[in-house]
Amino acid sequence: MKTELLMGNEAIALGAIRAGVNVVCGYPGTPSTEVLETIAKRRDSDIYVEWSVNEKVAMEVAAGASYTGARALVTMKQVGLNVASDPLMSLAYIGVKGGMVVLVADDPGPISSQTEQDTRHFARFAHLPVFDPSTPEEAYTMIGEAFDLSEKYGTPVIFRPTTQVCHACASVEIDDKRYVNKIEGFVKDSKWVIFPKLSYQNHLKINALEEKISKDFAKSSYNQITGSGSKGVVASGISYTFVKEALLGAAAKVKVLKLATPHPFPDELALEFLEGLDEVLVAEELDPVIEENLLRLCGKAGLKVKITGKLTGDMPVAGKHSYEVVAAALEKTLGLQSAIAVSPGEAPPLPVRPPVLCAGCPHRASFYSVKQALKQTKYKAVFTGDIGCYTLGNAQPLDMVDTCLCMGAGITIAQGLKIAEPNSKHIAFIGDSTFFHTGIPGIINAVYNENDITVIILDNSTTAMTGHQPHPGTGKTMMGNITEKISIEKVLKGCNVGYVVKANPLKLAEAVNAVAKAVDYKGVSAVIFESPCIALFKGSDIQEVKENCVGCQTCICELGCPAMSIQGGKVTIDQNLCNGCKLCVQVCPVQAIGGHEA
Amino acid sequence: MKTTNIMIVGVGGQGTLLTSRILGGLALDAGYDVKLSEVHGMAQRGGSVVTYVRYGEKVAEPIIEEGMADIIIAFERLEALRYAHFLKKDGVLIANDQKIEPMPVLLGMADYPENVLENLAKKYTLFSVDAMQQAKQLGNSRVFNIIVLGLVAKHMKFSKEEWYKVIEKTVPPKTVEINKKAFDAGYQL
Repeated sequence: MKTELLMGNEAIALGAIRAGVNVVCGYPGTPSTEVLETIAKRRDSDIYVEWSVNEKVAMEVAAGASYTGARALVTMKQVGLNVASDPLMSLAYIGVKGGMVVLVADDPGPISSQTEQDTRHFARFAHLPVFDPSTPEEAYTMIGEAFDLSEKYGTPVIFRPTTQVCHACASVEIDDKRYVNKIEGFVKDSKWVIFPKLSYQNHLKINALEEKISKDFAKSSYNQITGSGSKGVVASGISYTFVKEALLGAAAKVKVLKLATPHPFPDELALEFLEGLDEVLVAEELDPVIEENLLRLCGKAGLKVKITGKLTGDMPVAGKHSYEVVAAALEKTLGLQSAIAVSPGEAPPLPVRPPVLCAGCPHRASFYSVKQALKQTKYKAVFTGDIGCYTLGNAQPLDMVDTCLCMGAGITIAQGLKIAEPNSKHIAFIGDSTFFHTGIPGIINAVYNENDITVIILDNSTTAMTGHQPHPGTGKTMMGNITEKISIEKVLKGCNVGYVVKANPLKLAEAVNAVAKAVDYKGVSAVIFESPCIALFKGSDIQEVKENCVGCQTCICELGCPAMSIQGGKVTIDQNLCNGCKLCVQVCPVQAIGGHEA
Repeated sequence: MKTTNIMIVGVGGQGTLLTSRILGGLALDAGYDVKLSEVHGMAQRGGSVVTYVRYGEKVAEPIIEEGMADIIIAFERLEALRYAHFLKKDGVLIANDQKIEPMPVLLGMADYPENVLENLAKKYTLFSVDAMQQAKQLGNSRVFNIIVLGLVAKHMKFSKEEWYKVIEKTVPPKTVEINKKAFDAGYQL
């Protein structure tokens, strides 16, 4: 036993290794990414790890491994499960052999997501059990329980931490135990082939299974009833820790149910908890899943208990929870004074500091060159964006992202726009990792249906936003192997894209020219802007502003580079931030920016 | 022992994560229960970031609320101002005297507040350092955050040896010496 300071995602990773995981697949997505990365870093050599091209693929690879008896883990963020929902829904019917855990990280108060969807609904929808850890310490052992449950009932199990658990760090006691899983191998059987008749039978089976697991969950050590009294609180995930903190030293008597398994709902345990209560507050992030279950139980058992929470307007229906939110609700609904009163200070009105593209980011140059190229034409242009660092191209002064929906949608939204407004130009931006994720079907659709769009591939040789993961175009795998790079150019040409050109976005004239030609082309055209992410390949040709600067600020106002600012009335380049992309040099109307004089 | 609450605020890329890991490691080595909360993902790209470090005998949750912070470490002036109201009455604000203009200010769409540290000093117990200047003198501008941490150390109850030990464990091996020097520079202020 030793104690280590671990992030929630690291604790989950070490817990999965401890539980004898054999195969790990996933696609990066905040707040889930570090789970797979940590396993890759700390694994024994017999554990296989891959970044798959997307979540659907990852889910299927993991399922295949599980069919042999291997223990498999697949990781993704909540919107990733939308992509992987097709295999998941069927897999719930087919079942698994080796323990298979589907880790889906939810992002309340989204720090880095398109939606605040609640994966517990997915668990209910797919009839699958779900674990909801409250702390990194708990997650470390709970993931092992998830593998055991999966194997016991031959069903995939969802493990659903939220941002404030994934990215919280705690002192976690870890041991060197590792369960050794024997892989039997795939045994041929008609049960692995989904057919309508089998689906009907399996539907009955998984419903019956839910009842069994509900009973198991009622006895789970991760669910606990503490305290007593006529007032109760049910709390899950991070909200439980806020309840715990708020009730520390509180004088009033209150009964608390900590619930870590929201589906199948542990009816027996909940009924035991509700016994003798008049009023219950439910503290859960996102949707009222537990709250609705309690209402169902009260109706079913004819209990007269007032259930308060989101449905009664006493808890926020969106956003993440905080101590403040939970403590206020405890006081308002149950009249419970928290030991630590929050004394909100006065938040001064200040300029916001939104995230920006880094100094020297090649995406800035790509966006700028497309902007310039389109200015030279008479067309109205719509710029469809996608998911990645380059979504930040929407901000002033670039203002080059008019739409952003979900992974891969830039290319396809552009097609719909084009069909309905044929006289405008439609330019879709997509990053390299996103291109491999879900960009390719959109390209094929555009070519097949004779659409007329221009696709700008922002190839920075990495998956930058989530922390620089390798992908098929990088020639590296998560196992550390060097593989043949998949060429985006060849993929595009193989899909019969009529006009494909590569350009260096940092060479402005060349880049503008390449875009102009591509936009002119009738049919599907593509410009591949190749320039590596500056977080990985720092330039050394640091620039400075010379004496002949006239102070027009064209550089600042056109590019919005965070390395440039006005210091003492003069345009200045921060020597610590500049990465030497030299885009500003090419934009300056009086040639007042250059490298250091020797 | 009551829980100690420390907030680290700054601009994405300034090293708030590293700083929180050092503080967390320090408290862990001293035998405390530790909880940290970090920011990953999009905000890390030059946005306003805040991380929390809490330690004590037993800590339930990782988040610090308004009016609860014992120490706020601010790596940038505007961010110091943005979060100062999280301090307790007798809390201490330790600020790096550096100005990084956010994009709306750079583009003339908003104004950067004037006399930030002077005004904060009127309301809070404030210690500040131009750590960037000091770091440049040490020959590595990237260690400015460890200089600030040296200043912070003076207001915490850990020995210099304990700080050294956790710095050695946390920073990249090649940079241990320069980081220790940076820590000393801050500690001597």
